[in-house]
Amino acid sequence: MREIKVPVTRIEGHGLITVELNRAGKVSKARFHVTEGRGFERFCQGRTLWEMPAITARTCGICPVSHLLCSAKAGDAILAVRPPRAADKLRRLMNLGQYVQSHALSFFHLSSPDLLLGWDSDPAKRNVFGLAATNPQLALDGIRLRAYGQEIIAALGERRVHPAWAVPGGVHAPFTAEARDRLAAKLPEAMRIATDALALYEQGMAGWGEEIASFGDFPSLFMSLVGENGVWEHHDGRIRLVDAERRIVADNLDPARYFEYIGEAVEGWSYLKFPYFQERGYPDGVYRVGPLARLNCCDHIGTPLADAAVARFRATADGKAVTSSFHYHWARLIEIVAALERVKIYFDDPEILSPRVRAEAGINEREGVGVHEAPRGTLFHHYGVDEGGVIEKVNLIVSTGHNNLAMNHTVTQIAHHYLDGQKITEGLLNRMEGGIRAYDPCLSCSVHAVGQMPLKVVLLGSDGNVLDEKVRTA
Amino acid sequence: MINLRIDDTPVQAEPGQTILVAARGVGIRIPTLCQVDALSPVGACRLCLVEIRNWNGRLVPACATPAQEGLDVVAHSEKLTILRRTILELLFAERNHICAFCVSSGHCELQDLATELGMDHVTFPYRFPFLPVDATHPKFGLDHNRCVLCGRCVRACSEVEGAYTWGFSGRGVATLVEADLGDPWGASKTCTACGKCVQACPVGALFEKGKATAEQVKRPEILAEVTERRPRV
Repeated sequence: MREIKVPVTRIEGHGLITVELNRAGKVSKARFHVTEGRGFERFCQGRTLWEMPAITARTCGICPVSHLLCSAKAGDAILAVRPPRAADKLRRLMNLGQYVQSHALSFFHLSSPDLLLGWDSDPAKRNVFGLAATNPQLALDGIRLRAYGQEIIAALGERRVHPAWAVPGGVHAPFTAEARDRLAAKLPEAMRIATDALALYEQGMAGWGEEIASFGDFPSLFMSLVGENGVWEHHDGRIRLVDAERRIVADNLDPARYFEYIGEAVEGWSYLKFPYFQERGYPDGVYRVGPLARLNCCDHIGTPLADAAVARFRATADGKAVTSSFHYHWARLIEIVAALERVKIYFDDPEILSPRVRAEAGINEREGVGVHEAPRGTLFHHYGVDEGGVIEKVNLIVSTGHNNLAMNHTVTQIAHHYLDGQKITEGLLNRMEGGIRAYDPCLSCSVHAVGQMPLKVVLLGSDGNVLDEKVRTA
Repeated sequence: MINLRIDDTPVQAEPGQTILVAARGVGIRIPTLCQVDALSPVGACRLCLVEIRNWNGRLVPACATPAQEGLDVVAHSEKLTILRRTILELLFAERNHICAFCVSSGHCELQDLATELGMDHVTFPYRFPFLPVDATHPKFGLDHNRCVLCGRCVRACSEVEGAYTWGFSGRGVATLVEADLGDPWGASKTCTACGKCVQACPVGALFEKGKATAEQVKRPEILAEVTERRPRV
């Protein structure tokens, strides 16, 4: 038996793919391992509720806004308050800025070198610098678009990374007309970049047929929050699951009761847990989250340019769910357009300048769940506190974790498709990484937990038969 | 008047004034942490150490040493900077001072001192003690992880409020400030919930509940404002 190890680069965090080949040189198994360990669920214990947004924001340097906002929502639940309307809008505005910056980073900086320079191009040049050499305008556009998203975040939270701005009950400080006007002036350019990138992707698709068909194109469930009347939602709403036919499998689920329908399995070869939809069991309950899932789950986006793009997106699947994970890229670009259209709506809304942005309250519930759509997918923060507000229990279910099973399906599919015999080329390995990169996973976020985990050890013979199996429960 | 020299500057002081007050009078800043106006000096933190040339280079705390005739005081030198920075590093290494999510970040005397004294890293191994947060009081919280044992809360409570709620328990590195005789703060029968201890605290150890990261601004000057307005007896 031979084993090929592929360190995964150009993602957030540290991961590894292993592919096991049998004696005939055929792929016997492919797995995506997350090789870092953290400890947030443990070391948050003993801290106060009011610090949690800033602590959990430190889970990651790319997704701090997502954790910040989700944590503040869990805090709202424990204070038993509804933040003032302006605070809700400002939180949403910051999240839209986060979508723009995170999606732009994923597409322009991390993934577009593969798409535009070619999967088999020289790896030394297959990066954002190589892109800048061959298509300087696109590279510059990517940097500008990401900077715009970060500017929205900084205008609200005073800094681009790790703003400590959302708090239980609302936000720390109101928005200013000066910041709004400054950002509004730059919005048309950001929109121009986003629509150009979307057009570029839609034109390029014809050339990526093989990758689209093999980068995790399989039937699965999709899960996301949706708003009222099935509208695309990114900060609130209820949970919906659809299947590969885009039939609604479950709808209007209370996000705070996630533990009643989401299970978490653990495998010994990854620090990342494997969530699944309980009704379908493990591992059949595999579902995907994130941009692809949000576009498959929602009925409509609610803004014209994004809705037109979603219509084109759905037409490729005859109205069924778009099932290739390759199209996470497409969904991401559509969401940037959607985010910028919504940003415009908020900029035109005078209520975002209201000084009433915080509901003050003490500890009114001992437990609270915050749910939120991070750029990478649905994020849950579940806290338990004592009477004084000191954290006793933390459970974080992070976007990348939901996609764990799907990412493993994807690497297996790619391995089967491209590693057919003895010829192992750099381009093939890059496709395996690319399959993971399509999910834009954030591994630093995903493995926020540490501790005694249930462990399953499987001993396999070279013929693939299970020789022995031991399970250690938590 | 008493005549002395501080950093080679001739300084005059009133009888009973400390070296620290005399230095401030001529615009010489000496770093302090446990000292706050209106509370009695205790010389606990040693950050205000100065060197007395004509006492064989003896090191004394400026906050607790009276100005004396003919003293030749060194308030700033490379040696003193190293000593002060070492003291500061020990304070940081002793407990869990994590500015990233502290309520007092940006408004913290310990953080400001680290900047002032150029402490860009801690050379001692961190102890990472496991210390609790007391959030039992309805208005305020106490985080032992951030306490530097300056005793400003203890003195504010006894000398200004007169409640004598706060005291120290334990010895050395195991010392903790505690309410009454170790009761949870929320169960204290002596605490008047006046909040003077919170305002006196130089760091994020004592805080107002509901304040999130970087939101806790302290006003230790209220202690002097309160006492100055009191009728003299």
